Amino acid sequence: MPALSPTMTEGNLSKWLIKKGDTVKAGDLIAEIETDKATMEVEAVDEGVVLDLLFKEGEANIPVNKAIAIIGDPNEKVEVKKEAPVEKVIEEKKIEKNIETKIDNNNADIIDTPSPKIEEDRNLSSEEITMRQALRDTMAEEMRKDNKVFILGEEVAEYQGAYKVTQGLLQEFGKERVLDTPISEHGFTGLAVGAAFKGLRPILEFMTFNFSMQAIDQIINSAAKTLYMSGGQINCPIVFRGPNGAAAQVAAQHSQDFSSWYSQVPGLKVIAPSTPYNAKGLLRSAISDPNPVIFLENEILYGLKGPVNNDVNFSIPIGKANIEKEGKDLTIVTYSIMLQKSKEAALRLKEEYNLDAEIIDLQTLRPLDTETILNSVKKTNRLITVEESWPFGSVGSEIANIVQRDAFDYLDSPVIKVNSADVPMPYALSLEKLYLPQVDDIINAAKKVSYIK
Amino acid sequence: MKKLQKADYIKMYSFMLKIRRFEERAAQLYGMGKIGGFCHLYIGQEAVVVGILMTIDKNDSVVTTYRDHGHMIARGLDPKRIMAELTGREDGYSAGKGGSMHMFSKENNFYGGHGIVGAQVPIGTGIAFTHKYNGEKNICRTYIGDGAMNNGQVFEAFNLAALWKLPVLYIIENNKYGMGTSVDRAAAGLDLYKRGEAFGIPGEKVDGMNVFSVIEAADKAGKYVREGNGPYIIEVQTYRYRGHSMSDPAKYRTKEELDNYKQTDPIEIVKAEILKKKIATNDEIEKINKDTLEEIKNAAEFATNSPFPKDSELYTDVYL
Repeated sequence: MPALSPTMTEGNLSKWLIKKGDTVKAGDLIAEIETDKATMEVEAVDEGVVLDLLFKEGEANIPVNKAIAIIGDPNEKVEVKKEAPVEKVIEEKKIEKNIETKIDNNNADIIDTPSPKIEEDRNLSSEEITMRQALRDTMAEEMRKDNKVFILGEEVAEYQGAYKVTQGLLQEFGKERVLDTPISEHGFTGLAVGAAFKGLRPILEFMTFNFSMQAIDQIINSAAKTLYMSGGQINCPIVFRGPNGAAAQVAAQHSQDFSSWYSQVPGLKVIAPSTPYNAKGLLRSAISDPNPVIFLENEILYGLKGPVNNDVNFSIPIGKANIEKEGKDLTIVTYSIMLQKSKEAALRLKEEYNLDAEIIDLQTLRPLDTETILNSVKKTNRLITVEESWPFGSVGSEIANIVQRDAFDYLDSPVIKVNSADVPMPYALSLEKLYLPQVDDIINAAKKVSYIK
Repeated sequence: MKKLQKADYIKMYSFMLKIRRFEERAAQLYGMGKIGGFCHLYIGQEAVVVGILMTIDKNDSVVTTYRDHGHMIARGLDPKRIMAELTGREDGYSAGKGGSMHMFSKENNFYGGHGIVGAQVPIGTGIAFTHKYNGEKNICRTYIGDGAMNNGQVFEAFNLAALWKLPVLYIIENNKYGMGTSVDRAAAGLDLYKRGEAFGIPGEKVDGMNVFSVIEAADKAGKYVREGNGPYIIEVQTYRYRGHSMSDPAKYRTKEELDNYKQTDPIEIVKAEILKKKIATNDEIEKINKDTLEEIKNAAEFATNSPFPKDSELYTDVYL
């Protein structure tokens, strides 16, 4: 099973294009593989006779690097056991490593364990769906409700979304409401902002937020400020969404986290979902909001599975954090992908150091739910923040400021921030791991605020 | 071409004069310290926006640059409230929060007043997108300064407008200078109206000192766009008598050049036409002059007496 995208960990065998006994040459198409992003045809690299097909058509979740067919010389004896363990080269760099307790061994999906509060949700689905599905469903539901909602961006229509988040929307809503744009962020962002001024409700997908740099003038100077500059006359109901932060080995220009950049701007609301459940509730709030909303998804989380609330009116209010796990010894404030690492760290902190960490998942970065943070700190007296952004002026920096200002007397130790390294993202697998906050970094920070050597 | 009635001549003259008197008064208030910040005057360019005005439908949309006072007057907005915005008072169109460069009137389909060179071009294209999306027969008139014609997002907008056949009329107000840099020092290729050719957008050049030429071109272009043929570009050759902004002494050009343009003053051209066609007498013209002066004087008085925004307004209108 070949790795056909930077974030692919497994694939589905959609179709065999060869059969046993066929002779294939290098370059011949041999199979169709469904990845986390698309369905792709795979070519043979070697020449020979198809000796065996190790998986049937339709078999799913085949790990990357697993043998799927044997091509060779019929006169030579080849032995490959279907169940033979294969070298797991890619596993090393994956977040799954850090949340292995939640990985079903027969299925490499990341499964979110909902917080106790969410488990109380009576409408919680028994079925677990991926984050991309949750986002897609919510957009479709809102587009059914209001024909002023439309989506535009690169590859959102015919390609079905660069990360398959808009899959099927073109078929359901047509090309008037699902628009492929040229690679022209500055232009189509300004166009969408103008459409929002005039009363439409665009959902604009950035293929990744790295490319929003091309359009940041329209986001800040036009979308965020016009309500104010017009004395309250012209609002801009638009959602800018797409993956933010690091994917896997895509290096400096495609891995930046923009959460603190956008959170600095009055006039914008900034949301960073962490699970399929809150992605659904928060995206609905974002689309319904009359203001411009930056909706920061995460590419690695697109495959995260979990239960959701399928009520088409279910929403999570903007500006409200979720206490993911209650605890008494220290507070971990985090958001987006770092929630999963923080949960893993909390399990180990309990096991190894008997520390009971409270985890706050911010969900919204602006407006920030300072009340929930302060109440937690007043209870635990210790705080660490965990986020993927660069350290200087990060969301954690602001939280540290708020907490020292409003809860100074409650703190038993200085606030410690866990961030990415203060360098551009490197390409090499080993350096990338060093760059990103890891579970051990969170544990070390927790030990430090608890004065554990 | 659109058939002009007698009343149209009077309307044109009145609006152009109103813009001129307004801008002169704004300059005076600026000198008195009543208007702050940046203030870009439209004197000399009046025939452009008034010519376009004569072909506009009230449900059409308009978006323009920071040189926007004249555009607002031509859209029929109240000079009192425009001036009050310039003085930063609560009766201003943006309640004193926008200032000279950022004024809007949603009820009049006037979408700014944009301070970032070129930014209004994709925005106007998006407003046109909305007209089409909603199945309306209206168009969006998007004004562009010559300086913005070297700005990347303008061409991204042209491409999208042509690709999606959007009902947008682009009007390049070529007043010869982007701040202090003349067009020939900024643009490779002086025919700015041809810059849509690669996208299949037709364009033409028009004498912007003569309101009748502007009307003729705007009428033709407006029809083309309204009929669903996609975007169109008009490059209007005009001239600003004043500097780029109030603080610009305009030393980059000669006095002769300015005097030369004043020979073809757009307001004088209309006035001469009115007298020639005996649409109004000299006395009637004088009455318009006097009434206009009075109206603008009142606007200035209103704008300097309107209260400053309340302190509590600092934190309003950030979010809806």
